[in-house]
Amino acid sequence: MNDPDRRDPEAFLRQAAQEGRGRLKIFLGAAPGVGKTYEMLTDGMQRRKAGIDVVVGVVETHGRKETEALLVGHEIIPRRSIDHMGHRLGEMDIDAILERRPALVLVDELAHTNATGSRHPKRYQDVEELLDAGIDVYSTVNIQHVESLNDVVASFTRVRVRETVPDSILEMAEIEVVDIPPDELIERLKDGKVYIPQEATRALGHFFSKSNLTALREMALRRAAQAVDAQMLDYVRAHALAGSFAAGERILVAISEVPSAQGLVRAAKRLADALKAPWAAVHIETQRSLAFTAQEREQLADTMALASRLGATTATISAPSVVEGLRHYLGDARATQIVIGKSTRSWWFELRHGSVVDKLVREVGDVAIHVLPGDDPGRGPRSLAQMVGQGWGQPIDYVWSTLMIMGMTALGRLLIEIIDLGNIALLYLIPVMFAAASFGLRAGLFSGLLSSLAYNFFFLPPTGTLTVNNPENVISILVLLGVAIVTSQFAARVRAQADLAQSSARQNAALAGFSRQLTASASQEELMQTICAEVSRLLSVRTVLLLPSRDGPELRAAFPPEDRLEQIERAAAQWAMDNEQPAGRGSSTLTASDWLFHPLRTTRGVLGVLGLAREDAGAPLRSDQIPLLMSLLDQASIAFDRMALEEEMLDARQIRERDRLRSALLSSVSHDLRTPLTTIISAMHELKRQHPSELVDTVDAEAQRLNRFVANLLDMARVEAGALPLKVEPTDLFDAVAGAVHDTRKSLIGHEVKVDILPDIPLVRVDPTLLHHCLINLLDNAGRYGDPGTPVIVRGRRLPDAITLSVLDEGPGIPSGAESRVFDTFTRLEGSDRVKHGTGLGLAIVKGFAEAMGLSVSATNNPDPFGACFTIIIPHALIITELPHEDII
Amino acid sequence: MKIRHKVLIVDDEPHIRKLIQVALSRADYATVEAENAREALEMLQNERPDISLLDLGLPDRDGLELVPLFKQQSDTTLIIVSARDATDQKVTALDLGADDYLTKPFDTEELLARVRVALRNRMTKDGGMALVRAGDVEIDLLARTVLKAGKEVHLTPKEYAVLVQLAKFPGRVITHEQIMAHVWPNEREHHVEYLRVLVRTLRQKLETDPQRPRIIGNELGIGYRLRFNVEGETEEFAPSDA
Repeated sequence: MNDPDRRDPEAFLRQAAQEGRGRLKIFLGAAPGVGKTYEMLTDGMQRRKAGIDVVVGVVETHGRKETEALLVGHEIIPRRSIDHMGHRLGEMDIDAILERRPALVLVDELAHTNATGSRHPKRYQDVEELLDAGIDVYSTVNIQHVESLNDVVASFTRVRVRETVPDSILEMAEIEVVDIPPDELIERLKDGKVYIPQEATRALGHFFSKSNLTALREMALRRAAQAVDAQMLDYVRAHALAGSFAAGERILVAISEVPSAQGLVRAAKRLADALKAPWAAVHIETQRSLAFTAQEREQLADTMALASRLGATTATISAPSVVEGLRHYLGDARATQIVIGKSTRSWWFELRHGSVVDKLVREVGDVAIHVLPGDDPGRGPRSLAQMVGQGWGQPIDYVWSTLMIMGMTALGRLLIEIIDLGNIALLYLIPVMFAAASFGLRAGLFSGLLSSLAYNFFFLPPTGTLTVNNPENVISILVLLGVAIVTSQFAARVRAQADLAQSSARQNAALAGFSRQLTASASQEELMQTICAEVSRLLSVRTVLLLPSRDGPELRAAFPPEDRLEQIERAAAQWAMDNEQPAGRGSSTLTASDWLFHPLRTTRGVLGVLGLAREDAGAPLRSDQIPLLMSLLDQASIAFDRMALEEEMLDARQIRERDRLRSALLSSVSHDLRTPLTTIISAMHELKRQHPSELVDTVDAEAQRLNRFVANLLDMARVEAGALPLKVEPTDLFDAVAGAVHDTRKSLIGHEVKVDILPDIPLVRVDPTLLHHCLINLLDNAGRYGDPGTPVIVRGRRLPDAITLSVLDEGPGIPSGAESRVFDTFTRLEGSDRVKHGTGLGLAIVKGFAEAMGLSVSATNNPDPFGACFTIIIPHALIITELPHEDII
Repeated sequence: MKIRHKVLIVDDEPHIRKLIQVALSRADYATVEAENAREALEMLQNERPDISLLDLGLPDRDGLELVPLFKQQSDTTLIIVSARDATDQKVTALDLGADDYLTKPFDTEELLARVRVALRNRMTKDGGMALVRAGDVEIDLLARTVLKAGKEVHLTPKEYAVLVQLAKFPGRVITHEQIMAHVWPNEREHHVEYLRVLVRTLRQKLETDPQRPRIIGNELGIGYRLRFNVEGETEEFAPSDA
């Protein structure tokens, strides 16, 4: 086998098999959208022009014009339609192609899964049949569909594709990498030139990141290079040309029933690929295998199937022990390297039964052993009960205990002449207490027992025997044991607390890390992914996150990537959402589901549910993990709240923008109404002078009213547009009131307006125009609602920290309870005769303008005489208290 | 025969022009009209109007640019006619040299009153009126005395200075800035609050009811106007419609 001149029979056979077969060329891309189909069609067309008989077996154009254009001139074999649950699906018609017997057939998307009812479940199997028939095939595939790379890709893209192509297909193909730079691909994606299946859009934001694309591209290029290597090697081996190639490497992977065994299989595959070595997967069946659960058996079968799919020879060997079986098989398979998982058993188990790794190292000589980390179900915080219970400690503890007792015995022997026999027993308390305190209960008991034996043997007469002839001495022995028990109990409790503190520190660190990760998420999508990934990592479970949608719970994120949930699981998720209670495995509801769903409660109610499951379909959570999960869920909820708040703020900005547009429209309409109105009103005045009549007065009054209404609309539009342009200046309230009273004299006919403002009322900083509008609206309102003939009072008062300017009428007042509503837009109070003509805008304008200036408003009823009282409150900050120097004025 | 005063009406709205023309004709003024800035400047040269009523919203040019041109190219008295919410524009126009303003929509009587005031100020521009009556207040600009109901009122120098500014052009709006520039000629920065305080003390001395001032009228955000007596009657017009 090490003879370089010898032809490798396997390579020779592969070459020979190739002779009668068709040749496969694969256009390999890093991601959808790189242009594989385009490349394949272009290449196919060139072959056709070169006189080769080329047909199109199946090409997915996804409605893209450029691709469709390339199909022109090609002969296309019509698809066979297959009825599938009421849908008609078009699949490649393999029989038609075989009958047509072209030299070359173009088959798009090698990883495609055929509709149920097709001859082969997978398209690559169709292709194999075509190749077997001697027909050359061109096909396309993306790197993430390659079986052995599937989980590597999923690990960093968080997208797992379920359609995979076995590596063996790639190995027999000529590979052409269709490559475009990631930036260009992202550009194409933005331009909508990449076809994305509907169900995949949610993952895309993440998938098409530059770093992902770069990594995928690298993988594609490497895979292609590897294929070239392999083909070259095959050629070399078949023709026995070269003298040096890594001959004889054979890899064996030992698999067990644990889920992480699949990781081992994939690792072995990569190792085998790198070494260009054949590999085998073996499971050693021992006594233990009889006790496997159904799930464990299923898991084992899955792992074996995966290994087989990846190109391994598989075997199951019965043997008395794992090491025995492996040793045997290693010899048979002439393996040079073995891949095994790290043992997850306790040291105690290994102490009794021996460590597989250790034994292997010892027992099989010239084999390289790769020990990879396995799944450790014991990871994560432990409960107090577990810790107290786990008192076995390390073997070294017992050695120390024994040594101390031996030392104490020696010391006792030296002192026997000086001290009393009974006090010797006291000496033994020292190692017992020390052992119990340091190593735990069992080590303590061990020391107690050993001490009593030593005491008995070396000191108690008759020395040299274990006989006790004095009942007093029995008490000594019992005391030694009792001390060991009591001390170790105390020590164990202290240690348990220390461990607990440590574990809670660990938990806190985990939480802090979690919340840091969440804070870093920029979008809700990313946040959900992070939550899934982190919870999965911290609790060693699989996670999914579902949000409610119209069609029930919608899967929004998962780790590891997951696409589907069973019906029962959806039901559990829905129940958890509706009832805000956990549901599924490990809860009290819908326990048939493999998943456990916990609701994510935010301040706005249940946002969604987080689902947890174990790879081995066991209970997703241990009871001691629940507090940690609760804390994680709380953190997640806070992160969601934060995100929602940010989005609301964005919404608020959009609403403001909409309001701005509305206001702009309103303002323009108002202007168009006002221009003619202005003319009408002015013309009316002139008409009144020249032809006074009641009719003219009526028209004038109505025109004025309309004008006021339009003016109010315009003012309201300004208020709602926000950011009223303010022109604040020192203002004398007398001027403000006098101007407003003058301008509303017509609406106040029948009312005497009394101005009651303290003569020395300070000046205030307001926008005089806005204040004027506030006052005329208040006066207008008073004129409207005040009983005819009653006075309207404008009152200005100085309070310690404010100035109030009130307009009081005598009338029905404001209905009780409506005081706060009167300032709302279009509120006209019903249930009283306050329903009088008016726009319902006046008071809203007062409030809007006042608040724009930093003033506030209030509405109350004045008891005597009864009537409404509207007050504008000018805060201290706006009052000008410093009067100028006398020499200035 | 009476010489009719000529008024130039500049407005792009034909209906407004028509309305003003009708009102002015009733009061026996001659009118010429322009619908944009170009025509207005032409008319200003060709017709030499005594009074110009200028709408600031013209289609071909910013009305504010016309204000200095009008003052440079003619001795017409310029009254701005503009919409109510253009306070800043009004102040700017007045500070640029416009003589008065009128807010749309206006009462035609108010328009005529403004025109009358403008004509009076035009006629007395050079000599100035020595004696101005407003209500029961008499301001003698030569003797520098102020009488209220026949009794002399003692004013501080600053109070008097404010009153003089208003009385020089009775009935016309004087902006805060214009008043302050005369009252505190040495202050670089003017404080409206000082002016407000002065006006309040003035009103307390001159007005019969200081809570409802009738003599010194306030123009919102713009300035003050002295309401004076014409032939024994007080001109009564809106303090402002802004």
